[in-house]
Amino acid sequence: MPANNNLIKELVNKYGRDRTSLMPILQGVVEQNNFISDMDMTEIAKELDLSAAQVFGTATFYSFLDTIPRGRFVIRVCKTIICDMHGKKMILQTLENLLKIKVGETTQDKKFTLLETNCLGWCHKGPSMLINHDVYSELTAETVHEIIAEYMHK
Amino acid sequence: MSEFVKRVDLIFGEYSDQKYKTLEKIVSRPNDDIIKDILDSGLRGRGGAGFPTAMKWKFAMEQPGDEKYVICNADEGEPGTFKDREILTQVPRKVFAGMAICGKVIGAKKGYIYLRGEYHYLLPGLLKEIDVYNTFAKELGIDFAIEIRMGSGAYICGEESALFESMEGKRGEPRNKPPYPTVSGYLNKPTVINNVETFVNVLMICRIGPVKYKKLGTRDSRGSKVFSVSGDTPIAGIYELELGMPLEKFVEEFGDGDTKAVQVGGASGFCVPRKKFKDTIIGFEGVPTGGSMMIFNSSRSMYNVLHNYLDFFEEESCGQCTPCRVGCQQLRKGIEAIKSGDKPVTYLDQLIKLSETMKITAKCGLGQSVANSFSSIVTNFKEEMIY
Amino acid sequence: MTNGINFKIDGIDLTVDEGTTILTAARKANIQIPTLCYHEDLCVAGNCRVCVVEQKGSKHLVPSCAMPVSEGMEIYTNTGKVRLARKHILELLLSEHNADCTKCYKNGNCELQYLASEMLTGEPMFIDLVPDKKYTIDKHNKAIIKDDSRCIRCQRCVRTCEELQSVSAFDVAYRGKHMKISTFFEHPLFEVVCTNCGQCVNRCPTGALIERNYIDKVWDAIYDTTKHVVVQTAPAVRVALGESLGMPAGKIVTGKMVAALKRLGFDSVLDTDFTADLTIIEEGHELLSRLKKALVDKDPSVALPMATSCSPGWIKFIEHTFPEYLPNLSTCKSPQQMFGALVKTYYAKKRNLDPKNIVSVSIMPCTAKKFEANRPEMRSSGYTDVDYVLTTRELGIMIRQAGLDFESLPDEHYDSFMGASTGAGVIFGTTGGVMEAALRTVYEIVTGREVPFEGLNITPVRGTEGEVREASILIKKTLPEWSFLEGIELKCVVANGLAYAKKVMQSVKDGTGNYHFIEIMACPGGCLGGGGQPIPTNHEIRSKRKTAIYEEDMGMPIRKSHENPDVVEIYQEFLGKPLGHKSHELLHTHYTPRKRY
Repeated sequence: MPANNNLIKELVNKYGRDRTSLMPILQGVVEQNNFISDMDMTEIAKELDLSAAQVFGTATFYSFLDTIPRGRFVIRVCKTIICDMHGKKMILQTLENLLKIKVGETTQDKKFTLLETNCLGWCHKGPSMLINHDVYSELTAETVHEIIAEYMHK
Repeated sequence: MSEFVKRVDLIFGEYSDQKYKTLEKIVSRPNDDIIKDILDSGLRGRGGAGFPTAMKWKFAMEQPGDEKYVICNADEGEPGTFKDREILTQVPRKVFAGMAICGKVIGAKKGYIYLRGEYHYLLPGLLKEIDVYNTFAKELGIDFAIEIRMGSGAYICGEESALFESMEGKRGEPRNKPPYPTVSGYLNKPTVINNVETFVNVLMICRIGPVKYKKLGTRDSRGSKVFSVSGDTPIAGIYELELGMPLEKFVEEFGDGDTKAVQVGGASGFCVPRKKFKDTIIGFEGVPTGGSMMIFNSSRSMYNVLHNYLDFFEEESCGQCTPCRVGCQQLRKGIEAIKSGDKPVTYLDQLIKLSETMKITAKCGLGQSVANSFSSIVTNFKEEMIY
Repeated sequence: MTNGINFKIDGIDLTVDEGTTILTAARKANIQIPTLCYHEDLCVAGNCRVCVVEQKGSKHLVPSCAMPVSEGMEIYTNTGKVRLARKHILELLLSEHNADCTKCYKNGNCELQYLASEMLTGEPMFIDLVPDKKYTIDKHNKAIIKDDSRCIRCQRCVRTCEELQSVSAFDVAYRGKHMKISTFFEHPLFEVVCTNCGQCVNRCPTGALIERNYIDKVWDAIYDTTKHVVVQTAPAVRVALGESLGMPAGKIVTGKMVAALKRLGFDSVLDTDFTADLTIIEEGHELLSRLKKALVDKDPSVALPMATSCSPGWIKFIEHTFPEYLPNLSTCKSPQQMFGALVKTYYAKKRNLDPKNIVSVSIMPCTAKKFEANRPEMRSSGYTDVDYVLTTRELGIMIRQAGLDFESLPDEHYDSFMGASTGAGVIFGTTGGVMEAALRTVYEIVTGREVPFEGLNITPVRGTEGEVREASILIKKTLPEWSFLEGIELKCVVANGLAYAKKVMQSVKDGTGNYHFIEIMACPGGCLGGGGQPIPTNHEIRSKRKTAIYEEDMGMPIRKSHENPDVVEIYQEFLGKPLGHKSHELLHTHYTPRKRY
């Protein structure tokens, strides 16, 4: 996959070449492409005068800095205890059935990726999930259907 | 509410400092006065660890140099905690004002809010508010600017030195301490890092004075606390309550009538069983909490609860130190093996000893506090671990 | 420094400087505290937690490697609490570790194994996690093998590669239970910026990073009666091999080493010092020829400063990191490769041997030499110039395998020819040595006089660790043909460790570094601190080896490369003149630009 050199240049110009800019740059790439490719990482390493392994090491530390291709909409279902108690499994099953993928997979049309994540901070309204940056709480099988239907059209 | 569970309206209510009038007044006061007020108030950090805020600020203030930082820790990741999100949504100006006071006191010109990636949706609103703050600050002649840095999904970055590493563009691996942040923090400069709620408390102490503030809470746990209540409760949500209440009263207020246990302080806190509700005080003299109160009724398997925590720690440990990285895996595998009969019941004792070792040898608070939930659940619900 | 800090350790009162860690203080008091992630050469990580001790008044144990001593502190290193914690930590490490020790190359030389034997771990305390892990082994590299199943994640290799070498071919990747030491995207080492310097191998406490060993191949060659097996030994091996065989650091064991090699069955035991001397002749003339082109012919294409090319770790580094400066590298092959090329040509001819029946082995303090020998351009004899490269450690193993009592061996002499050496050749093994040897010869070529330093000891270029050393020599009263150098101040710079090499190259790049001649050795201290040297290697041990090297130099009857009789002879009989046609064919090479990313 070719690197998004223009995007990276833009991000570097915006945030600077110090190592302190690495997180915002990596976040910027994910924002655009939902993941950071190996070519992106080498390009970033070059710009920031880091080794490629250092960029890889940093990126793989963070759950939201995906280093494998993800769909346009990344669904992250909260699996921490309270959401788990309040029906997370059923929500996950509903999503798996709807999207015809398992957790960790991406739909063939590259539209959705289904993942689990740790506490989203919506325990009082669990189960909850994120779709990209947007949060959905008090989920039921029905609301999940509605939400996904909406995204299908996006 | 019962007489023991007192609702307070300090953090969210009282007044909102919409035009930063309070801030204007406070920044004209001498630094030592401000520190003294905070010291007199007895304020302890609201993130969970409870370090006296005045001391922290004083250490940073006494450090030489003019490059210092103020960081607001909004990497709220503790399972069962969601109060910082609410504070940042409801009263962001109070947070910024608290940070600006800190900046003035310690001599920092720059403040950062480290916001967890999971709260990205707060960003647009916060950025707008920061613009407003920065404009006011300019008008008021306050040389302290605030910026936001985003996390990207790593619980450990709530640990202060891991947070600095993350802001420096590195893996969020906690550092050795000493040196402490007040000496060598972000970019190895003196740094005060406080929880979102702590900054608001500082502002309120400066506004209402330590005498009035101290009337809230108990001797060891002054002031109010924002609680995140969840689990088996009909009224889950955010509550600002006085510190120092008995857990029994809390359960009466919030439980569903069938409460078996309360996890106080999140996955890294303590699990208190029903028989101990009566003798447990919520506060620094008893069981401290960063605000997370997760309620479990008798339909819940405490084995599942513990397993869920251990899964969480196994993934969220940074992995650098041995006791935490391998210890978490062993505890999870261990309770599975006991449950399945592959290991004898006596293996539980071995695991408790292991968790004790983790507590005294792990590099940071994450690994050290796994033992809290582990031993409190295993010892109080032993039969659930076996059968 | 401020006043001393007073504290107590295991009941002993001690006063130490402020900032001293508990570990350092304990060692001063001869109290041993076990360590794993700690290494003298590296910054403190404090991640293995094996070195924890009890501090009076503290609930938590404290990591002695990271905790500075404070006034009035009371430390206990051997309480029940400490022992249980250490045992737990060791057991945890073992539960993640492929503890198949008998099949491990580091068996008997493993810090984890040593600690386990000391603490008598016995029956495993915890569940074996290895079956759950998808550990991989990277065996695709010619020099270094990385086996994740033996890794204890102490990060010594990561810190080595970053702090000492500024390469960072590795970093820590992933998090929590998945955390591992990884190259970029887990690519095999040969696909990334690794220079094969082996400093990580030298610091790995377990068998996670090891050299690719060729011990059995060499035995096979020795046993094959149709083969004539020639061995060459690098300068730095003779001051370190003893350590592998139970002798203290800093012993010169040249004679015993030669005796041992003969007893192992090598047909001819020769000295890389010979081609080190030859390198000086070729490289010295190359430098003079470049200076002439620049100063007399005003040729703008001539690349100056000229940099040495003996250190294969450095070569791979510059190929990756500063490929635009490849023309600045001397085209001279390293002494190892010159030797290899000559063994299968000159030597074969003189000994009347068919080069295809010659097996050429070298003993090197280096892992990068293994990679170098496998470079496609290193076949100028028409054969692989050097067939097998063994590290100092591998030779140590062979000597033990053969049951030789090394210490009691008599001193023996190298075979001739290509066995004669000089003090100049010997000092190739230390940082600054190539520069000094070159100056001893170049100055004399140009002026007809010896270098103006007492005892030929050009101390200003004798590099030290942890710095870039600059020096200059004023050239006066030249011989007529070198008059263009009259009054020139020859500016030299010496650096060891790639982090410092990087600094030098950056200064050349940005114009702040103004030099004629650059000497770089990839490893701290030069070859004597090479990645293939005995483990442990640290600053103290390197200092002892360095003293030994200069001692060996001082003891040599001939100390200038151009006076080496074998060198004189080879030019007369075979090569003709320096930089001549034959030299170019056999002794010079070219380089390959590589990507840093």
